[in-house]
Amino acid sequence: MRVGVFICHCGNNIAGTIDVARVAEETRKIPGVVYATTYMYTCSEPGQEEIKEAIKREGLDRVVVAACSPRMHEMTFRRTVEKAGLNRYFFEMANIREHISWVGEDKEFNTRKAIDVVRMAVAKVMQNRPLFSSSFKINKRVLVMGGGVAGMQAALDCADGGLEVVIVEKSQSIGGMMARLDKTFPTIDCSICILGPKMVDVAQHEKIKLYAYSEIDEIKGYVGNYQVKIRKKATYVDWSKCTGCGACMEKCPSKNAYDYFNFGVAPTKAINIPFPQAIPKKAKIDPNYCRQFTKGKCGVCAKICPTKAIDYEMKDEIITEEVGAIIVATGYSLIDMDMLPEYGGGRYPDVISGIQYERLLNASGPTAGHIERPSDHEEPKTIVFVSCAGSRDKSIGIPYCSNFCCMYIAKQAILTKDHISDSQSYVFYMDIRSPGKGYDEFTRRAQEEYGVHYIRGRVSRIYPKGKKLVVRGADTLLGTQVEIEADLVVLATAVISNKDAAYMAEKLHISYDTFGFYVESHPKLRPVETNTSGVFLAGACQGPKDIPASVGQGSAAASKILALFSGETLESDPAVARVNINACVGCLKCVKTCPFGAIKEKELRDGRVVADVIETVCAGCGVCTSTCPCGAIQLQHFTDNQILAEVNALCLI
Amino acid sequence: MSDIAPKELKIVGFLCNWCSYGGADTAGVSRFKQPPDLRIIRVPCSGRIDPLFVVKALLNGADGVLVSGCHPRDCHYSDGNFYARRRLEMLKRLLPFLGIDDKRFHYTWISASEGQRWQQTVTAFVKRIHELGPLNLKEEKQS
Ligand SMILES: Cc1cc2nc3c(=O)[nH]c(=O)nc-3n(C[C@H](O)[C@H](O)[C@H](O)COP(=O)(O)OP(=O)(O)OC[C@H]3O[C@@H](n4cnc5c(N)ncnc54)[C@H](O)[C@@H]3O)c2cc1C
Ligand code: SF4
Ligand code: SF4
Ligand code: FES
Repeated sequence: MRVGVFICHCGNNIAGTIDVARVAEETRKIPGVVYATTYMYTCSEPGQEEIKEAIKREGLDRVVVAACSPRMHEMTFRRTVEKAGLNRYFFEMANIREHISWVGEDKEFNTRKAIDVVRMAVAKVMQNRPLFSSSFKINKRVLVMGGGVAGMQAALDCADGGLEVVIVEKSQSIGGMMARLDKTFPTIDCSICILGPKMVDVAQHEKIKLYAYSEIDEIKGYVGNYQVKIRKKATYVDWSKCTGCGACMEKCPSKNAYDYFNFGVAPTKAINIPFPQAIPKKAKIDPNYCRQFTKGKCGVCAKICPTKAIDYEMKDEIITEEVGAIIVATGYSLIDMDMLPEYGGGRYPDVISGIQYERLLNASGPTAGHIERPSDHEEPKTIVFVSCAGSRDKSIGIPYCSNFCCMYIAKQAILTKDHISDSQSYVFYMDIRSPGKGYDEFTRRAQEEYGVHYIRGRVSRIYPKGKKLVVRGADTLLGTQVEIEADLVVLATAVISNKDAAYMAEKLHISYDTFGFYVESHPKLRPVETNTSGVFLAGACQGPKDIPASVGQGSAAASKILALFSGETLESDPAVARVNINACVGCLKCVKTCPFGAIKEKELRDGRVVADVIETVCAGCGVCTSTCPCGAIQLQHFTDNQILAEVNALCLI
Repeated sequence: MSDIAPKELKIVGFLCNWCSYGGADTAGVSRFKQPPDLRIIRVPCSGRIDPLFVVKALLNGADGVLVSGCHPRDCHYSDGNFYARRRLEMLKRLLPFLGIDDKRFHYTWISASEGQRWQQTVTAFVKRIHELGPLNLKEEKQS
């Protein structure tokens, strides 16, 4: 065996705290190693060339690169050795950067650790076997979870690229948060006027199938071949008959239902269509408020409906769809105002959230676009906006910035002046975050042209005084306390992940961070991929972001899938489990433990029963390998021998 | 790191690729300093870890073994870490019968974003092993 080892300086990242020359020198003493060298940047083009040339020149048949994490560059170097004629699995990486040079302070300790880690990688690579992928057919359909602006963009781009798309939207209509906004920064164009046509495109696109008021129950399979169980929740209205005329909504006697679409600004009817531009524009009954459900009698809507669409007996329906890739675009939520008791949201009716204010501004909102105080329906003259209401506040577990509040506060303050010309708006802020194109100009316009008064400091307390609310806070620029008597207070409540975010992540086998936002494959270079091949991210489910960024990610995710689906087949990962039928005793313990049902029993010609792995289904976890009492089923590339070789290379020295 | 003896001990870490190995990488990228004793072996999933690996490591010269996988329910392969937990818990109870203090073995769950938690885990475990000192199988059996 002829192993070559390439030790990377990574500029000073590695060579600064590891004596790489000494690592090379020690490495040359390892039996099997015939060549060891150091290089400034091994991953650079000349660095990779050097590996290829050395393979030819030195007749190397195994390669170890000691550099950064294999999660970063294992693929890069596998391709390099393959180009030089080696099987790509005759390669191992020793992680001497993330695990050594960046975390260890002492050069001597670091160098010794690097020598050990290289020795382990050499031991492993000497046990490696060539592996070959096979190709499998893919189902070129796409599932988009969430029909907000990010999901819609992704769906339209996939469909325009010729792929069939299935959208599963949890609520009654697509559109997400953007459908609730009045105008959008930084251009102040009407939100629904730019979103509405996109929603119609989604509805009318021949390649897009939409399941509204539906959720994912189960996801099975792997990239190229997923089976998805979709639960169409009961709406108690047969949507194939409902024309969206709204007659039921008009006549429904139950007038105090919670309005989810309007964030409870005003009540709605127990049967309702959430907003005029809803897609699909169909009615749904809320059984928590419908008298037929709560009192057992009513039936008004059933009588009034001209198409006889009402069905109080409707049950959830389960549908299975087969797809090859998934885009997760499930968006975000906002904290409840009662998490901020010092501001009195929820207790005082005239303290409302930014999204509620957005509905008051909106011409198709519950007040038809007239700004009025919820308490007495009077027009407010003094309005105070409180930014970072919950955001950047470690004490309530939200240390991060919600990204778009500074901008929408400026927008709402500008719109307030447009609506009520003799009003005065105040903004309490920690600092103004407006780094986008045209954004800083926008927040300046609010101050300079619209006379919005910005006060730098936090609000400590809000309390009622007669019909007014006293907002008490600090002005840190003037170093004084300020008190403003306001008619209406708007809180920019913090962005949080959806309640079911973690639960969905577990179904999808993707990771989420401490706050429930989904984790991308690489924070800079793979922003829409996840670590699960075939699953992509778009929009605010990955972290708070505004509309332009969400749309950009939606398109990016679609382009990744169009590339993934550009051929008819995909290459399988050959690092799957393999059974040695001579050692297998047919106990079938592995069949029971495999989380993917990838192992079946097989009868040999002599009648003996053994385990048999379905290669395309095996995900490569290796649970079976540690289950088998006979060592008969071995996960390729992580066999017992390979792992023990590493253990022994470290311990038996 | 003044509380750690000048010579490093031999500590093996078995980390699943998707969560904990990523967490150790995150700690690296964030430059969260750690004692130098640990050497990491990457496995696809904590469910791939055969308790025998841990035993072999300890019998062959390691002074401590640390295993880390994804948080329960967050395993990249659904249930791998549930199998791991069952096996590793058994192992923990078995070690004293082999004459090994079970404090020399620890398993935990760390996600790819928990760089700081990785730093704390490594630091605490290395400290513990230094307190126990090098593993001397004969001595440990007698005590
Ligand atoms: C008050 C306010 C004002 C704003 N003003 C602006 C502005 O002027 N300009 C701007 O650029 N941005 C603005 N934003 C930000 C904007 O709302 C977001 O950038 C945008 O909505 C993100 O789109 P999205 O598609 O990622 O998420 P969302 O809009 O949240 O859409 C997600 C969709 O997924 C659905 N869903 C959730 N979970 C599931 C599930 N498990 N299965 C199926 N479907 C699911 C939801 O029902 C929803 O339809 C504002 C935000 C607020 C709160
Ligand atoms: S566990 Fe091992 S011996 Fe038992 S059936 Fe599976 S491969 Fe064969
Ligand atoms: S490695 Fe074994 S347990 Fe894991 S998916 Fe493949 S066959 Fe199933
Ligand atoms: S992949 Fe991390 S424990 Fe299974």
